[in-house]
Amino acid sequence: MEQAYEATRRAFSQTLLRLAKNNRHIVAMTSDSRGSVTLNAYAEELPEQYIEMGIAEQNLVSAASGLTSFGFVPFVCSPACFLSMRSIEQVKVDVAYSATNVKLIGISAGVSYGALGMSHHSLQDFAVMRAIPNLAIIAPCDAVQTEAVTEVIAAFQGPVYVRLGRNPVSQVYAPGTDCFQWGKAVELAVGNDVTIIATGEVVQAAVTAAKQLRQQGIKARVLNMHTIKPLDNEAVLRAARETRAIITVEEHSVMGGLGGAVAEVLGQHQPCPLRIMAIADEVTPSGSQSELLAHYGLDAAGITACVTGVAREAARDRAFK
Amino acid sequence: MCAVNGSRKAAEIRKLVLDMIFHAGSGHIGGSLSAAEILVSLYYGTMRVDPTNPTWPERDRFILSKGHSVEVYYAVLADLGFFPREELDTFCQFGSRLIGHTNTKVPGVEHNTGSLGHGLSVGMGMALGAKRAHSLSRVFVLMGDGELTEGSVWEAAMAAAHYKLDNLTAIIDRNGLQISGPTENVMQLEPLADKWRAFGWHVTEVSGHDFDELVAALNAEKLGKPHLVLAKTTKGKGISFIENQAHWHHGVPSEEQYLQAKAELEAQWEEASGVGAGIRSN
Repeated sequence: MEQAYEATRRAFSQTLLRLAKNNRHIVAMTSDSRGSVTLNAYAEELPEQYIEMGIAEQNLVSAASGLTSFGFVPFVCSPACFLSMRSIEQVKVDVAYSATNVKLIGISAGVSYGALGMSHHSLQDFAVMRAIPNLAIIAPCDAVQTEAVTEVIAAFQGPVYVRLGRNPVSQVYAPGTDCFQWGKAVELAVGNDVTIIATGEVVQAAVTAAKQLRQQGIKARVLNMHTIKPLDNEAVLRAARETRAIITVEEHSVMGGLGGAVAEVLGQHQPCPLRIMAIADEVTPSGSQSELLAHYGLDAAGITACVTGVAREAARDRAFK
Repeated sequence: MCAVNGSRKAAEIRKLVLDMIFHAGSGHIGGSLSAAEILVSLYYGTMRVDPTNPTWPERDRFILSKGHSVEVYYAVLADLGFFPREELDTFCQFGSRLIGHTNTKVPGVEHNTGSLGHGLSVGMGMALGAKRAHSLSRVFVLMGDGELTEGSVWEAAMAAAHYKLDNLTAIIDRNGLQISGPTENVMQLEPLADKWRAFGWHVTEVSGHDFDELVAALNAEKLGKPHLVLAKTTKGKGISFIENQAHWHHGVPSEEQYLQAKAELEAQWEEASGVGAGIRSN
């Protein structure tokens, strides 16, 4: 099958330009990140709705919260590694606590900067953002879903963090698909043996893995958990009841991300075998995004291998009961 | 237009601050007392606000960046009728909206503060928003001097000058003390006015306890650049044993001290009532 590839940041900037042309309250703000967000066309077409803040992420986020006082809807666009760490206190106090209508757009998240190293990797953003009340967290899986997410959050009143990638990703969804409902996981593959819950750009690998698993006779349910917060607890609990084990897949630290969120729900309400596939709690080796994802088993082959093992263990445990 | 006796109003506000802190057994008294004239000059002599309509879109905005000095802010808002004055008795009580740092649940408060060094950034964003929205609203930010060591203050200072935000006025409560001692011992700030000028601001130095100087500075003509009012103040102003004592940053008076402080403030109020000097408000 012919696969289309597009970067989520590009889908975001094109959608934002379209929306902003019809809504003068939308403003895009950057931290010398206009090019890396792919906002050049936006800035040229809508200079009155574009604000450059320089390399000063703390001021960037606080100033955005100030702009909401005059009805603006600021989209703060900055590399996720800096936005989620350098300005995390501004996110906490000026955005979430002050309940200002700011949209935080973290681009080039996860290990998408590849060999640029740990300073540029964003592997803690889910963890820190999740612990802040009054802040929604969304990680679209491809360009089509990014477009849908951008439309929804532009109309939503309240703080949101959206995590986007850098490199072109294969499309999970055909263009025009209705693929984003706030806080509702999307079932991308049907199955009752095990459930793979994935988020962001590794969702595609989970879908491919499910196809490979089916050839081995393992029917894996795949959930696209695009909304990390509020988490679709019901979908997680249903998976725990209806399938034998859950495997979470994310381009984030093994600590405090999707896996942590799922574990919190399962541990308290429906204990069930769980495997968290994520980036280990260590300084990553040098490598491209795809090399690093493969190194940590976050590609289709790695997910297939992990799920095969988990399914085998789950079946054995069940046989002994 | 209304005229207010600034000295008398400041004494009234200080009495409310003292009562709040004494009854709550908690609070930041030193910086609240040093900022009393600044707040009175802003709210009774400068800003356009409507206590009956706190979110009036054309209002001027104020941000208390030194959010720990919230007692003086709540006292002024209550005095103006943004919320009932009796509610000041709930300061820091369980479930009260009058928590120990500014909180937007309180009518008239624009933004939550408490972590230092945020206010100027927020205000700079508001001022930029006002410009882009073609609003005539002005934005005022009150900072402590101790908080000026936060790097984000200077990020905001740079951006405000870059965008020529002449609708933005920052005020520094230059009382010279922070929790550990004199600001210049903790981390040197001087030459402070020169620093702001170098960042592209127009700087006016005033006595922070002189209404005429404060009101004139706060209503100064726009000069195409952001305006810094460097207000020289005395920390703990108005209560003799609290003045210029770093440890009174967040001290709570004993009953004996409370009674003495109250008597001193009463005397100031009476003296000011006799003087009858007024400031004008629009």
